[in-house]
Amino acid sequence: MTVTRRSLLGGAAAAAALGLTGCAGLTPGRRSGGSLDYWNLFGGGDGVRMAQMLDTFRAANPGITLDAVTLAWGNPYYTKLSLATLGDKPPDVAVAHLTRMTTMVEAGLVEELHADDLARHGLTADKFASRPWQAGLVEGRTYAIPLDTHPFVMFYNTDVCEKAGLLDSSGALSPLDTPEKFTDALRKAKEVTKAYGGVVAITNETATPWRIFQSLYSQLGGEMLADQGRKVVIDDGRANRVLSFLQGLTRSGVAPASIDYQGSIASFANGQAGFFFQGEWEISTFQTAKTPFSMTLFPNVFGGGKYAVQADSHTLLIPRQPDRDPERTDRALLFIRSMLDQSKTWAEGGHVPAWLPFRDSAEYKAMTPQSNYAAAADAAVYDPAGWYSGSGSNFEIITGSIIASVMAGQQSPASAIAQMRDKLTNLATTAPPV
Amino acid sequence: MTAETAEPAVRTDRSAREDVPPERGRGSGLPAAGFLAPFLLLYLLFIIGPGLYGLIMSFFDTSAVKPGLSGFAGFGNYAEALQSGDFWSSLWHTLWFTILTTPPLIIVAFLLALLADRVKHGRWFFRLAFFAPYILPSAVVALIWIWLYTPGLGLIETALGKIGVTAPNWLGDPNWAMPSLALTTLWWTLGFNFVLYLAGLQEIPRDLYEASSMDGASPWQQIRSITIPMLGRTTTLVAVLQVIASLKVFDQMYIMTSGGPNFATRSILQYVYDQGFTNFRIGYASAVSMLFFLVVLAVSAVWFALVRRQEKEV
Repeated sequence: MTVTRRSLLGGAAAAAALGLTGCAGLTPGRRSGGSLDYWNLFGGGDGVRMAQMLDTFRAANPGITLDAVTLAWGNPYYTKLSLATLGDKPPDVAVAHLTRMTTMVEAGLVEELHADDLARHGLTADKFASRPWQAGLVEGRTYAIPLDTHPFVMFYNTDVCEKAGLLDSSGALSPLDTPEKFTDALRKAKEVTKAYGGVVAITNETATPWRIFQSLYSQLGGEMLADQGRKVVIDDGRANRVLSFLQGLTRSGVAPASIDYQGSIASFANGQAGFFFQGEWEISTFQTAKTPFSMTLFPNVFGGGKYAVQADSHTLLIPRQPDRDPERTDRALLFIRSMLDQSKTWAEGGHVPAWLPFRDSAEYKAMTPQSNYAAAADAAVYDPAGWYSGSGSNFEIITGSIIASVMAGQQSPASAIAQMRDKLTNLATTAPPV
Repeated sequence: MTAETAEPAVRTDRSAREDVPPERGRGSGLPAAGFLAPFLLLYLLFIIGPGLYGLIMSFFDTSAVKPGLSGFAGFGNYAEALQSGDFWSSLWHTLWFTILTTPPLIIVAFLLALLADRVKHGRWFFRLAFFAPYILPSAVVALIWIWLYTPGLGLIETALGKIGVTAPNWLGDPNWAMPSLALTTLWWTLGFNFVLYLAGLQEIPRDLYEASSMDGASPWQQIRSITIPMLGRTTTLVAVLQVIASLKVFDQMYIMTSGGPNFATRSILQYVYDQGFTNFRIGYASAVSMLFFLVVLAVSAVWFALVRRQEKEV
């Protein structure tokens, strides 16, 4: 029930925020003085932590009036951010997924961040985890500052796994690095829970099926798109292997063939499943629910010597604004630096910090289960480049819907691949609107 | 979505017109124009203006993230839409939804109104009970029904399980998703048609029933020969409004299934939304909207003509 209440409150907050943005444009003198508008898309536990970080910033900078707005996650957020920027009323700083930021840069909606401005605030490339920093560059230029990496991870119920004999003497989970070991662990967990071995959200859900597919498919070295999204390069053999494996999990009954996002959370929180596959951000949910759990890297089922996992990063960027006052840019960078300095608060919510001064600290290393999967940041596989790709994009909706239909047993891997290729080719051959 | 919120206002307006027979004098054009001006101005500003702008954009490769209209596309957008499988399947989903919802929303509303009208005591309670869901916002309705339909934990599945029935995967099975959405919509919007029928029932002169029962008519004969014919005008109104409302479906599908599973419930309006706001292809989305506008116009005209003729025959 906590979950429902939270999502309801999240919705209410987003609705209130919509009202606020509506009014902000009418407030006279908004541009004068030390004001700072900030837009983000954080709900749930992330939203609570972001609010703490904003309060710390306000306390440290009493001269700056910070106006923070939270909007609904996904496509609606990017639509609003793009249209506000196009209408010359953008916020001073905005959160964007690394995989969505590039399209905004190509549409000319993002201000380039110059090295000398960044250096004044101590923001230099060597202070950031190299994978998110490098992945965020567009033609070698910096447009966004990565805050974190948020990989797809594995949650496991420690009580269930212990009873199932899956933990070694030190209490660590034995590696599930082959399809057989993975399925076997889920089967053993199912014998303990009497309900499910593991749960993955499938029903009315597109992002989760995409994330688990992409993690396994990239472990095999598979690619979806090439040439900035203008070509579809699905590898039938590899995709088929992954889809058959995923379908096998639901077909053999170790994972449910129909369960939605909230349902998957509820069954893991209630101990009805030994394993739960999702982004690390659900950590707060299970801490609140007092589930006996731990987290680790999503297993390297197909990778062999090379590990790969689906991930994205939250970045902070400055939307383009005509006749930008350098003082505003400076204030925005001050804010960005403050967010990075609070990486500890952010990491408590599960995200792997991109800010090395914190990530390399003993404090972070002592933080469990968060630091267990820190290595995922370096093995992160971002969604392929393309104007229709990225977190919550139509690319994810298309691939995720089709993958979900395979996992639910509604179509064969072969027909799913054909459908994916067909739908993606439609987008790939459309002239980019940016 | 603006149209969606404005809809109840328009509906009440029309029903009021239905209840009060027109009895106006002619002349006095200027004051009349003065009274109409505010409405006309808003209509021009928010319906005609954007409509024309949409029509213009549909002939260009307009992008949501680039200023101006961009390159001229001629009928390119229209041709693309007509050749797109996604366009046709989402159009069919909207029509399928309309077919699934319109008959029950008329028949069930009529039956409930009939029952509520017969109740001697506490009629207000039934009126309120049947109308209450209609005033809920779409997001609330969607949340309630998502939980009712939730696989594994949902109330409906649990209840059916107790009597030994295996529930289908309501929102997760492509064949069940649309009927499930139709059922939700039936519960949600039934109240409006119910109230129209109730008002219609109260307009029927009581002496007709008295006279017929003296002639020995059974209640069933009374319903068939008095109630249904006397409600002809109400039925026309309810049917036309219902078809239009069902064709405009967006909210509950967007929130409850996001058009899934595997696009089985993506309505044409969501297709427009996906293309225009997510893919930034405003020009193409405008062309699809124009095509849909023609479909609504055609369906409404045919439907209206059919029920009108039937009404005259009765």
